[in-house]
Amino acid sequence: MTYRTIRDLPREELFAPGHSMCAGCGAAIAMRWLTKVAGRNTIIVNATGCVEVTTTQFPHTAWRVPYLHVAFENAAAAASGVEAALRVLASKGLRAPSGEKVVVVAGDGGTYDIGLQSLSGMLERGHKVLYVLYDNEAYMNTGIQRSGSTPKYAWTTTTPVGPHIKGKVQWKKDIMGIVLAHRVVYAATASIAYVVDLANKARKALDYSEEGPTFLHVLAPCVPGWRYPENKTVEVARLAVETGYFPLYEWERGAFRLNPPSNTHMDKSRRRPLKEFLRLQGRFTHLTDQEIAEIEAELDTYWNHLAKLVQAYGQ
Amino acid sequence: MLAGLQRGARERAVWRRAGLTTNYAVAFAVKAVDVDVVAVYPITPQTTIVEKIAEFIHGGELRAELIHVESEHSALSAAVGAAATGARTFTATSSQGLELMHEVLHIASGLRLPIVMAVPTRALSAPISIHNDYSDIMNARDAGWAILIASTAQEAYDTVIQAYRIAEHPDVQLPVMVAYDGYLMSHTLEPVELYREEHVREFVPRRGRRNVLDVRSPITLGAFATPDNYYEFKYQQEAALRNVEGVLREVEADFAARFGASYGPLEAYRLEDADYALVTYGGAATGNARVAVDMARERGIRVGLLRIRLYRPFPSAPIITALAGVKAFAVIDRAIAYGSPAPGPLYKDVAAALYMEGLTVPGISVVHGIGQRAMYVEDFYGVIKMLAEGASTDKVLFLGLRE
Ligand SMILES: Cc1ncc(C[n+]2csc(CCOP(=O)(O)OP(=O)(O)O)c2C)c(N)n1
Ligand code: SF4
Ligand SMILES: [Mg+2]
Repeated sequence: MTYRTIRDLPREELFAPGHSMCAGCGAAIAMRWLTKVAGRNTIIVNATGCVEVTTTQFPHTAWRVPYLHVAFENAAAAASGVEAALRVLASKGLRAPSGEKVVVVAGDGGTYDIGLQSLSGMLERGHKVLYVLYDNEAYMNTGIQRSGSTPKYAWTTTTPVGPHIKGKVQWKKDIMGIVLAHRVVYAATASIAYVVDLANKARKALDYSEEGPTFLHVLAPCVPGWRYPENKTVEVARLAVETGYFPLYEWERGAFRLNPPSNTHMDKSRRRPLKEFLRLQGRFTHLTDQEIAEIEAELDTYWNHLAKLVQAYGQ
Repeated sequence: MLAGLQRGARERAVWRRAGLTTNYAVAFAVKAVDVDVVAVYPITPQTTIVEKIAEFIHGGELRAELIHVESEHSALSAAVGAAATGARTFTATSSQGLELMHEVLHIASGLRLPIVMAVPTRALSAPISIHNDYSDIMNARDAGWAILIASTAQEAYDTVIQAYRIAEHPDVQLPVMVAYDGYLMSHTLEPVELYREEHVREFVPRRGRRNVLDVRSPITLGAFATPDNYYEFKYQQEAALRNVEGVLREVEADFAARFGASYGPLEAYRLEDADYALVTYGGAATGNARVAVDMARERGIRVGLLRIRLYRPFPSAPIITALAGVKAFAVIDRAIAYGSPAPGPLYKDVAAALYMEGLTVPGISVVHGIGQRAMYVEDFYGVIKMLAEGASTDKVLFLGLRE
């Protein structure tokens, strides 16, 4: 099934309103579309983080599907247990099989950093789980600390902008490269600004999860963490793609494909200037032109890498 | 009459007699209760449990998913996921592995999941030691799990079977650890009587739970609790753990009727008329203490032995009853509670239980067997003599320490 417009998506809301996520939270938008696509026949396993804390405050819950939160670094391990249990209980006739999908929801901290080991274990063992990374590029739940996903020079509370060191020192980690090294059947990047693309990727990732683990890397802007006005979330997310900062692409059975609009961005002139993405966000206001040029150069290197992937694995 | 009946039941229930290490006996128990999901990471001296279980699964004797997790933290996390999905779940570890699991220990009990874990105990790093003591289990004693400590391979086999009945009991719904001496038991052959699996499965029937992830009735497990609610969750958990002693007695009564064996929360040996008591746990210390008690009795010292089998929840009442009449006691611990008022973890529990009852029986906190330092019968006999002579003012003894 392919969604052509947003109207093709199910109307049913499985991510209930009334949670305590910030107005304009990118992750909340991601959860809404994800649960619509996944449907009722889904079990969510959530890592500690903003989504978990804001959606499950006892005695309330925003989840209209079964939901498990265990801890910060082990969502992939817990999901492995859920998936293994579903399989063996069905085969022993102890639980009526209903073809449930198991979906991990984890932040960048819970994925790039503390949860990397359990993610790798889950991917290596081949559990039939869709792992959704909502990437807001820092530990937001604990108050905006740097993660392995935070971009270079970005302000966070642990990478402040001082006279000596300005923002984060290191580059963002290539999590997709790490995931793809596990030779998963399907992995894609997506953005909350490109809902139909996101929904179709979620659909594919869920379908492919019948064969083995799949992965979805969703860029999900954060209002207080990125320091932009709360009505600009979708705009920031769109600019991340249009400037080439966050390319949309997918790996499907060993084939690599850039998706619109990123598929035109190999030609750098088709990308909007990176500044348009950066200047909307308070976390980057301190950047000098030279630092912006450095970030641009690194992005060019990344795009060259993508070009090689297209050459080698493109269809 | 009852003994005769029980013997008859046992004869019907026993499938075969085998020479087994305690680790293998545990693996046979896991097979007998028809566990669904096993998530274990290798560590000495646990490893032979998971090796044996893997043999059972690959040989088609046990229908279970073996999750080859990449760490103990993930082992218990996967066990939590599986148990939350309604599977009968098993894990096992020792030492550093139990330390790595620590965060998830509290989550498993907080989510009220009936996971069973075997812990052949081992010393903790640093310095690294693969040998036995009980430092690992003692660090886990306040994590909300029921803890039973076995003293023979047969008892470990029986206890793992009972552990599922206790863990899954509606008044409990908590995870259970079954501990025993690493190496001294885990790798030592003993005669074990294995039961017919249909008998075991009748004893541990499948029963439904409410805290199960199911798309037909969605629940949120692992919610976030504010100061308005957190305390109530935790109080209920504590109350459920306190139910374990009664449930153990109930489960053991049924076990005795079916398999002709029972152990109780503690085991008393020659205590009825005793002036002095040794208190300990596990295999080697109990075995040595028993011989030392016999030696002392031959020499006219009225001494007995109390072995603690149920460690959490702490069976204070029967311990008080057992010790109320003695003139003095010594607790032999195989772990150090660093910097505590007394170095022995069990000693502190016993002392607190007596104090809460208004009793001031003199006691000695004895530490021995650290990093598998050899414990000799004479060491234990020496402690008995100290108690009997009443000479010592030492409240603390580190036995077996080189000069
Ligand atoms: C073992 C452990 N270490 C640290 C924490 C504290 N902690 C909770 S959430 C969090 C950050 C989560 O960051 P991320 O995964 O990016 O999710 P976000 O909050 O940004 O949505 C941290 C550091 C924890 N809960 N557990
Ligand atoms: S801090 Fe950021 S990620 Fe967290 S709820 Fe607010 S907007 Fe969403
Ligand atoms: Mg984050």
